[in-house]
Amino acid sequence: MERKKIRNDIILAVCVLAASLIALAVFLCVRARGSYAVVLIDGKETARYSLSENAEIEIKSENGVNTLKIENGKASVISASCPDGICTAHRAVRYGGEVIVCLPNKLVIRIDSASNGGVDAVS
Amino acid sequence: MKTKKIAFIGLFASVSLMLAYIEALLPPIYAAAPGIKLGLANIISVFALYKYGAKEAVTVCLVRISLSALLFGNPWSLAYSAAGAVLSLTVMILLKLSGKFSPVGVSISGGVCHNLGQILLAMLVLKTSGLLLYMAVLAVTGTLAGVFIGLCASFMLKYLKKV
Repeated sequence: MERKKIRNDIILAVCVLAASLIALAVFLCVRARGSYAVVLIDGKETARYSLSENAEIEIKSENGVNTLKIENGKASVISASCPDGICTAHRAVRYGGEVIVCLPNKLVIRIDSASNGGVDAVS
Repeated sequence: MKTKKIAFIGLFASVSLMLAYIEALLPPIYAAAPGIKLGLANIISVFALYKYGAKEAVTVCLVRISLSALLFGNPWSLAYSAAGAVLSLTVMILLKLSGKFSPVGVSISGGVCHNLGQILLAMLVLKTSGLLLYMAVLAVTGTLAGVFIGLCASFMLKYLKKV
């Protein structure tokens, strides 16, 4: 009985790991360098910036302020008005479909690989 | 017997609150990828689920979440920990009822579902599907954390027979 349970545990773990590793492997294979950093506030696109030009952009919304930094084709959030600052700790993103999220400010920075939104191809 | 159980449930609720607090004091495992954590408090949830039952595990979680929101949190952290807890408790209770998994398997499902619940709430709040890919990362780390938490809970069950 105990043996069987441990076997089921292992099957469960292997299934979850396999499913997510396959999803990640597919992403790693099809990922393409992004060309835009898209700013979504409350699910709506408010701006998009080319990753080829270095810039620092202040994003203001009714929920707070974040600073988006674009440097060498990568986007990161360098400051945030929320107390936890999880988005500022997030590593810089550069591939189509990658996101940085600031939950309290309802802000998503999404990388698109084409001008018409490459995210649907991978997610 | 009843009073003893109430006392122990209170004790375990405070232990899990302290575990959550201690974990929050430690630096994040990998800050560049938010959401990756051990979930030490879940040791107590799994333990209570096996030692007492579903109702008691839910009680312990409810006490922990409301107290930690009152003491250290904000409305947002409350919403996200509640979303994670509702999904993970539901799935853990169902898997335990099925009788086909040991505490380790139940804890794996709890860890992954905790992340999943939070991702689903974030997707609702942010109205974006782009987070699903990130769930794949969290499913891997959630499984590993679940194994560790499940082993801890198994040891507790083994050595705390008299509770």
